[in-house]
Amino acid sequence: MKKNNVIKVVVVTMILALLAGCGAKEGSDSIKIGGSGPLTGDAAVYGIDVMNAAQLAVDEINAKEGKEYFAFKMEDDAADPEKSPIAYSTLMDWGMQVSIYTVTSGAGLAVAEDYNNDRIFALTPSGSNTGLIYNGKVNYDNAFQVCFTDPNQGRASADYIAEHKLASKVAVIYRSDDDYSKSIYATFVEEAAKVGLEVVSETSFLKDDADYSAQLLEAEKNGAELVFLPIYYQPASVILTQANNSGYAPIFFGVDGMDGILGLDGFKAELAEGVYLLTPFAADATDDATVHFVTAFKEAYGTVPTQFAADAYDAVYAIYQACKAGNVTPDMAAADICDIMIDQFTTMEYPGLTGTSRWAVNGEVNKSPKAVIINNGVYVAAE
Amino acid sequence: MANIKDKIKNIYKKKNSGVMSYTIVIGLYLVMEILMKTGNLTNLIKSLLVPCVCYIIVAVALNLCVGLSGELSLGHAGFMSIGAFTSVVVSGTLEEVITNDILRLVIAVIAAALVASIIGYLVSIPVLKLEGDYLAIVTLAFGQIIKSIIGNIYLGIDEKGFQFSFIEDTTKISENGKMLISGPTGATGISRISTFTAAVVLCIIALIIVYHLINSKDGRAIMAARDNRIASLSVGINVTRTKTLAFVMSVMLAGAAGAIYGLNYSSISPAKFDFNQSILILVYVVLGGLGNINGTIIAATLLYILPEMLRSLADYRMLIYALILIVIMLVTNNDKLKNRINELLRRKKKHE
Repeated sequence: MKKNNVIKVVVVTMILALLAGCGAKEGSDSIKIGGSGPLTGDAAVYGIDVMNAAQLAVDEINAKEGKEYFAFKMEDDAADPEKSPIAYSTLMDWGMQVSIYTVTSGAGLAVAEDYNNDRIFALTPSGSNTGLIYNGKVNYDNAFQVCFTDPNQGRASADYIAEHKLASKVAVIYRSDDDYSKSIYATFVEEAAKVGLEVVSETSFLKDDADYSAQLLEAEKNGAELVFLPIYYQPASVILTQANNSGYAPIFFGVDGMDGILGLDGFKAELAEGVYLLTPFAADATDDATVHFVTAFKEAYGTVPTQFAADAYDAVYAIYQACKAGNVTPDMAAADICDIMIDQFTTMEYPGLTGTSRWAVNGEVNKSPKAVIINNGVYVAAE
Repeated sequence: MANIKDKIKNIYKKKNSGVMSYTIVIGLYLVMEILMKTGNLTNLIKSLLVPCVCYIIVAVALNLCVGLSGELSLGHAGFMSIGAFTSVVVSGTLEEVITNDILRLVIAVIAAALVASIIGYLVSIPVLKLEGDYLAIVTLAFGQIIKSIIGNIYLGIDEKGFQFSFIEDTTKISENGKMLISGPTGATGISRISTFTAAVVLCIIALIIVYHLINSKDGRAIMAARDNRIASLSVGINVTRTKTLAFVMSVMLAGAAGAIYGLNYSSISPAKFDFNQSILILVYVVLGGLGNINGTIIAATLLYILPEMLRSLADYRMLIYALILIVIMLVTNNDKLKNRINELLRRKKKHE
């Protein structure tokens, strides 16, 4: 019983602490943009980049407007579908009116319905799963994407490889317990058959596998000139290292998940030389918008922005453009803002860092895919 | 008045009656319900309620296995996963047949508990005949296997019935049908029928089952087998049977909790129920105290809610959380400190 007394005190204190957290929503003169992403854990590189870039865009807009036009809040969801509803609830408590949704797809799937039911306009910078914007027959009319959907990435990659005649015999190594990887792989193989690419080897691995030599050997044995890697950069870095050790040197072609490989601790960046990535953003591009963004980002955070950062920057500016055009004011209810934004997004054209975008009614973005090649440790537009 | 007070005191003093556990759970439930009804609860807390109670149930269930019968299980997340996906399939299939949400939830939970306990029983057959830490090894592997298996299942339903495929998605679901489980994505578009009340009811049922077991002949046999295998064999206790009983009860409750958990989200993925999840549940049990049900309930509640309450600390959140874990571990294992606290309490009592 004595021990229980102590425990009782702790419980009561906890309950009081909970109560203290309950308060009325504060009024504000800014439009509140929320969003969640992995700020801790495995995918934190993406979440932090998105948070930083969105913050940068918000700061710029506020400076331009001369007032707090946007207020921005990012919550941590650790890319975990259990945590994203919690992050979402925290944002709703804060009074979120517009959202940049979630950074990762898995986390987004768990809140897609909530966003739709609560009528919050949501524009994800990098959640590429189609389940974020529609689910079977149900279209989440409030949800839009800045990045390509997974199936479109697979299709665009095959088209790009065929169009630029990078190779005729290709191998694919994908992660079979990851929906992202699997759906890009599926459409890639489908499109490859159409455009005349010969897929000579299809091998897979599982999360946390550490040895890919069997898959590489299979690709090499079948004479693949190009290895397509629809996977994230951590396993890709190991694949590149092992291919280098065994002396196999095909062209490696990755998608947006490959982005971030140059910033990986303990990875020899020279191994990534000559790797192609399908990405809408190259930090070394010389157009004014990119130069401005890269300089400002470097100044503020000390790193070169990845495409996730560029997508997030675009997301905030696209929301800004729609807010301006639709005369959105901070005192409007989230549902009203949502309707205005849907109208704007389905009709407007947004010229951004990642290309000129238009949006379909189902939330998919329409812009031209670009590829970059890693040259001397930086991304160079591949033409 | 004094008489009633004494009586209540006696109930609380009776060892292992479980009254304290019921009081904690019902107390928390009432506080939360009142706050919810009066509109004083933030969305954050509301979203934490159901998963928190689910973790309490799984932790209590695991304590039955680890604390009471002394067999370490490292795969309880796997059984939660079985429960969650079973319930999603059952609830998704019956959606049009049974429109009453509560009835469907009850059926789904019972189905989940059954499937989990059958699989748990199969796992336990070869292992619990042995002496040693084999259950830990087998359940560890089991958790991984289940994650892989469910991550490769494609199961859909349409007017023609079920369609199933493994590894490659070859199901062709018509316009009117829907996918129940789609490989690594897991289940999406789940209708969320779990409620806080349902979770608490299940929690109380779980407590009744656990306390009933502890106070029964079987419970005493389980503890005897834990404390001294040879001695209990010599007095005629069937050690394998008692250990199996504790383990199957434990995974049954884990499966039921998984059902409530799964039906609380619009999408769940098999990757969620990994080794880390099993360890997390084990942490609740160890910090709450092996064999101590009250402690487990409190530890699960605090440790689940804590990281979310620390959200305001932003970047330092997980750092502080880790520190708190270490401090709790040190404090609960420090005899000096314990004696000190007991002394203080004794002095207070003398004053009274």
